[in-house]
Amino acid sequence: MNVPHESGTVLRWPYAVRYGTERDYEADVLVIGGGIAGVWAAIAAASTGAKVIVLEKAATERSGAGGPGVDHWQWAADNPGSRISPEELAQALVDNQGGYRSGISTYIQCASAWETLEEMERMGGKIRDTGDEFRGAEFRDEKTKLLYAYDYTNRFVLRVWGHNFKPLMREQCRRLGIRVFDRVAVTSILTEGGRPGARVVGAAGVHCHSGAYVAVRAKAVVLATNRPKRIWTFSSELRGITTFRPPSCSGTGYAIAYRAGAEFAMMEKSMRSSFASPYAYPPYGSGNAINTWYPCTIVDANGKEVPWVDAWGRPVSGVAARCRPVEGQKFFIMGGGSSSQPHPGLPQHLGPKPIPDLEARMLAGEFVPPFYADLAGMPEMERKAIWGIMVGNEGKTRIPVMKTYMASGFDPERDMLQSYDFLRGHGMREPVLPQERTFGEQGVCGGMLVDWDLMSNLPGLFGAGDLLFGGQDHSHAAASGRFAGARAALHARRSSAGEVSLEQIEREKKRVYAPLACSAAGPDWKELNAAVARVMQNYCSELKNAELLSLAKTWLDDLQANEVPRVSAGDPHQLMRVLEVHDIVTCAQMIVSACEARKASSAYLHFNRRDYPQMDPAEWHKWLVIRKQGEDVAVSDRPIAFWGDFESNYRPRHAENAAAMASASQAASRAAA
Amino acid sequence: MDEETIVYALPNRTTPGNPVLFDEAICDGCNRCLTVCLEDVFIPNPQKGKPPLILHPDECWYCGPCVDDCPLPGAIRLNHPLQQRVRWKRKDSGGHFRV
Ligand SMILES: Cc1cc2nc3c(=O)[nH]c(=O)nc-3n(C[C@H](O)[C@H](O)[C@H](O)COP(=O)(O)OP(=O)(O)OC[C@H]3O[C@@H](n4cnc5c(N)ncnc54)[C@H](O)[C@@H]3O)c2cc1C
Ligand code: SF4
Ligand code: SF4
Repeated sequence: MNVPHESGTVLRWPYAVRYGTERDYEADVLVIGGGIAGVWAAIAAASTGAKVIVLEKAATERSGAGGPGVDHWQWAADNPGSRISPEELAQALVDNQGGYRSGISTYIQCASAWETLEEMERMGGKIRDTGDEFRGAEFRDEKTKLLYAYDYTNRFVLRVWGHNFKPLMREQCRRLGIRVFDRVAVTSILTEGGRPGARVVGAAGVHCHSGAYVAVRAKAVVLATNRPKRIWTFSSELRGITTFRPPSCSGTGYAIAYRAGAEFAMMEKSMRSSFASPYAYPPYGSGNAINTWYPCTIVDANGKEVPWVDAWGRPVSGVAARCRPVEGQKFFIMGGGSSSQPHPGLPQHLGPKPIPDLEARMLAGEFVPPFYADLAGMPEMERKAIWGIMVGNEGKTRIPVMKTYMASGFDPERDMLQSYDFLRGHGMREPVLPQERTFGEQGVCGGMLVDWDLMSNLPGLFGAGDLLFGGQDHSHAAASGRFAGARAALHARRSSAGEVSLEQIEREKKRVYAPLACSAAGPDWKELNAAVARVMQNYCSELKNAELLSLAKTWLDDLQANEVPRVSAGDPHQLMRVLEVHDIVTCAQMIVSACEARKASSAYLHFNRRDYPQMDPAEWHKWLVIRKQGEDVAVSDRPIAFWGDFESNYRPRHAENAAAMASASQAASRAAA
Repeated sequence: MDEETIVYALPNRTTPGNPVLFDEAICDGCNRCLTVCLEDVFIPNPQKGKPPLILHPDECWYCGPCVDDCPLPGAIRLNHPLQQRVRWKRKDSGGHFRV
């Protein structure tokens, strides 16, 4: 029911409105974004004894891409059942992306995902099959009762009951005395003297219900606001505001850090993806064989099974073999087929998948469309795992898929779920147009450049989670958040509080409240978002050249100069949405600048410059880094594995973090005694 | 037509307009769904004890915590847009169904 229209009455805004009223707070560590990485950072920082504040745009209890749930705890090479080392796994993950994955946060993930999950278990999270539901299953360790996914031989991805991890983390914040402010959309990072490139001294934002201005002064800031989305596609009509990730993760973190002078790497990478398509179905809600649904059998209209093959195209027969490495592989990473075309990864690391030439074989008459995921035909343990622990805990499937489908009569023991366009040998198997691109919905993408402390080039500004360059996953957000929180707290111990510039606050206030004064005759935020997407579709899409990119820049600058100032907001919630789209414009500009800077094509980066068609020439095999310098963009580069050795960079810092957390908890128990 | 019928001049509705459906007989208006919502889709109902009002249906992410965290089973359910309803086939009978 759309209330104001249907009832013929217009209601008053239900919350007290306090535009411009300033609320000032102080902390040792400020966390921006109370999602997975942010809350883990807050917990770690508070565990060292630091005074912590979290500013979250939505409601921390459930917010973020991982708020509704998680089923796969990825890359936990430190778990007791793993047959491979964190070094081996991190290196494979980096190599699999042609080097374009962060060795820093990926190593932190591979070396401490399990340790982090153990902490989750202490908070009350379920990570073991304690009810013996899967006793005897090939993916279960009978002693520890841990359940594994994908590669049952090497056992480094865990299946978890993550549907309530986020509320448990929120509860831990309460126990640790962390101050959490929900519904505050951060709109700027505060720097010393208000100067870009200077030390970070806090952040400020707007409350989405009251419109009040919230400013926090802090000795260290952890940015954990996830990635930009709605860059190439936008339609509120078609699917849950268009893409895979939550609409509130709108790229604001990128925009505010960029404006403050932070460096960003790999911003030129984007890919065609069903995760960005407004025509896609609910994630993991149609027949497929990847992630949550791995290793589900796919059948055609007559019930004929689609065969599976290994990375070299050799047949893989039977369901059980889909979960074991093949000859020529020590271990494999995920499986089911990759949507990451044209660079799906290295064969020595790729898991089995349904035949990639299904479309040709169907056209030749071997298979009859449509296709289905044959849940009913799966071995019992696998079926119970997919339509149980997996669909029951995966982000965004517990209610939208499991509960809703079953309420309509779906029966996993009898039914086969419809696949849409299961033809092209790509993961999600839904029709995708060239312009249905995404920056960060899927896979490893660009983000804030950080060092082994997870600190950016701006002193005092740390990053965690999906916002980091070249990192991804829930367990990555958790492990990197925990690491960044501890590093930030240690940094705060060594630093004095900086001065917030009143001039910066005044300037920012003027900017953020401006949409309230605009006439409603201008476009609204949705129209502006769609306009940005159109520019990106037309001028920064699958095929790029200097002329197209220069037009992209021209038309984004035009939107920025002539339309952004006309977009109006009628209440604090709309104000938040308008400011998000301002940041989406900035993110699009960052992407175009990086695309202009890379004068070579790259299969790894899904980057096709028609004016530089040679793929991945050696001299361009490097990270491109952009930074805002006045009105210009400064471009620099880094060698591929610039992070150096994993172990010697990680170990001492990890030990220091652990010691800081342990001594604070001892001090707390002494105080309690 | 009845001459007394009042017809209002209203703009088109925002669509899809009902991301969730409330059962007013069960819901006690506790606003827990509103509190946890990831996208600030609801506002409190001015009438105490009634379900929240859906103010921003077009911003719903169809993620489900509003349903998952509701203390009264059946008070709220997710309502996928018609064009998002996935189909399936029953293996033994060959019958076709949808959400
Ligand atoms: C449907 C789905 C299923 C997934 N399943 C899995 C899985 O099974 N396994 C896995 O490893 N990964 C999975 N992922 C990915 C995983 O959820 C993410 O990698 C992880 O949540 C990233 O954590 P984050 O903290 O970086 O971002 P998030 O958890 O998204 O948190 C970012 C937070 O920042 C807040 N925020 C944004 N802007 C602002 C602002 N301006 N001011 C204040 N706050 C702000 C947001 O509201 C949000 O709470 C899934 C993702 C999706 C969408
Ligand atoms: S639907 Fe449930 S959570 Fe929402 S107000 Fe009603 S009873 Fe409370
Ligand atoms: S499904 Fe998610 S976004 Fe939609 S109303 Fe419920 S909690 Fe809010």
